[in-house]
Amino acid sequence: MTTVAELPAGFADKVLSAQSTFRSVMDAMARPGSVQRIAAVSGTPGTMMRGTAAVALTLFDHDTPVWLDKRMSATPDVAKWLKFHTSAPVIADSSISSFALIGDPQYLPALEYFAFGSNEYPDRSTTLILQVESLAQGPSLELRGPGIDGAVILRVSTQPQDLFERLAINVSLFPRGIDVVLVDDDAIVAIPRTARLAAREG
Amino acid sequence: MNAPAYNFAYLDEQTKRMIRRAILKAIAIPGYQVPFASREMPMPYGWGTGGVQVTAAILGPQDVLKVIDQGSDDTTNAISIRKFFGKTAGVATTTATNDATVIQTRHRIPEAPLHGGQILVYQVPIPEPLRFLEPRETETRRMHALGEYGLMHVKLYEDIARFGHIATSYAYPVKVNARYVMDPSPTPKFDNPKMDNCPALQLFGAGREKRIYAIPPHTSVVSLDFEDHPFTRYRFDAPCALCGAGDSYLDEIVTDDKGGRMFVCSDTDYCEGRQSAGHRGSESAVPHKERAHG
Repeated sequence: MTTVAELPAGFADKVLSAQSTFRSVMDAMARPGSVQRIAAVSGTPGTMMRGTAAVALTLFDHDTPVWLDKRMSATPDVAKWLKFHTSAPVIADSSISSFALIGDPQYLPALEYFAFGSNEYPDRSTTLILQVESLAQGPSLELRGPGIDGAVILRVSTQPQDLFERLAINVSLFPRGIDVVLVDDDAIVAIPRTARLAAREG
Repeated sequence: MNAPAYNFAYLDEQTKRMIRRAILKAIAIPGYQVPFASREMPMPYGWGTGGVQVTAAILGPQDVLKVIDQGSDDTTNAISIRKFFGKTAGVATTTATNDATVIQTRHRIPEAPLHGGQILVYQVPIPEPLRFLEPRETETRRMHALGEYGLMHVKLYEDIARFGHIATSYAYPVKVNARYVMDPSPTPKFDNPKMDNCPALQLFGAGREKRIYAIPPHTSVVSLDFEDHPFTRYRFDAPCALCGAGDSYLDEIVTDDKGGRMFVCSDTDYCEGRQSAGHRGSESAVPHKERAHG
């Protein structure tokens, strides 16, 4: 049994680490497709990447039910760590989760299993935090929309590749929809529901 | 006692997390008013409690803060908020628009163009643009859900029917990203075009009404109008009496009880910058000198 003393650490400086992490996430969300860095350092339980851990410590608390995919819940480490450091309830029903941690996109269920919010309250939706193979190389993806001056190219490598085609439901659902934060180690990229995605050659 | 009696930037961490989550949703849904659990702040409602909470949630030690009230850096409200964050967060403050990373504003957008590294935080009294047309929150919420904004056009039309032109001069409604109609807070409509395709991130906080909304950078913001009555900016037809600027938004200052008045830039930083660059207006005095005593 893991004792509290054996759990990976949280932020050493809770206040300023959370602030700098939030600014990275906010910049990412305000400029979809741009790669932002997370400078704050914390322990990482199980298969959780540095960026994912920092985002969790920054945004999760008792008000945010969290859903874990098969990879994240393969061992109880992640759930225990989240519970201890953030008090976020880890729940089995993804459709009422505020955040979903996807350790391996192969295990990403159909997006319909998550909350899209309602037309009256589109903010009551699930934000996916999705760990990918790389945010530096891979197939090119063109993003357009609010926060982007014209168009921006993002290179992202992930399985399954059809993830971004599935996100096209955001177009017809708007203002309901799913916001995604992609994580690769300490790099993050946000794809809010307003982003319009298209695959690009090269 | 050396330990600070309050957290960095005043708010506790749980409150900041809640506000931060609301800000992220607000950015993801441009123009939509995200409800949040607004806290009591050590200042009265109407003094910018919403803007202060947003600023407190985003502010870091490396930020440089500017606070303006109707364009002015040196009114009571602006100074007290600037001092508040100087004290609780220890951040550097400035009055220069270009040097600031976070600008909290009450009812103006600075004249100097904003750049990509900046965040503009608006203090908002009534976030709901439809509120004076439809008092019920359940109804306005449904109107936003359906994108049903006919009532707002009727209001603008009634302006035309009564005055011959759209007489709404501040809090002029805009449509964000071709979806949500949004109240730009009581900024003069002169400032509306600055919101469109702005490189800076714009965040809006309404403390009493408990709403946060946002415009991401490079987002279309269109002032509502009609084909035969297009949106126009309004500005007093005069140059600034202190710096001679012919392009800035002007305040009217009554100077005596015989009808005397002068017009000066509402943006004090812009006006002072122009004066120090040598621009002079009709009322510019020679620089003040202390009289020698004895």
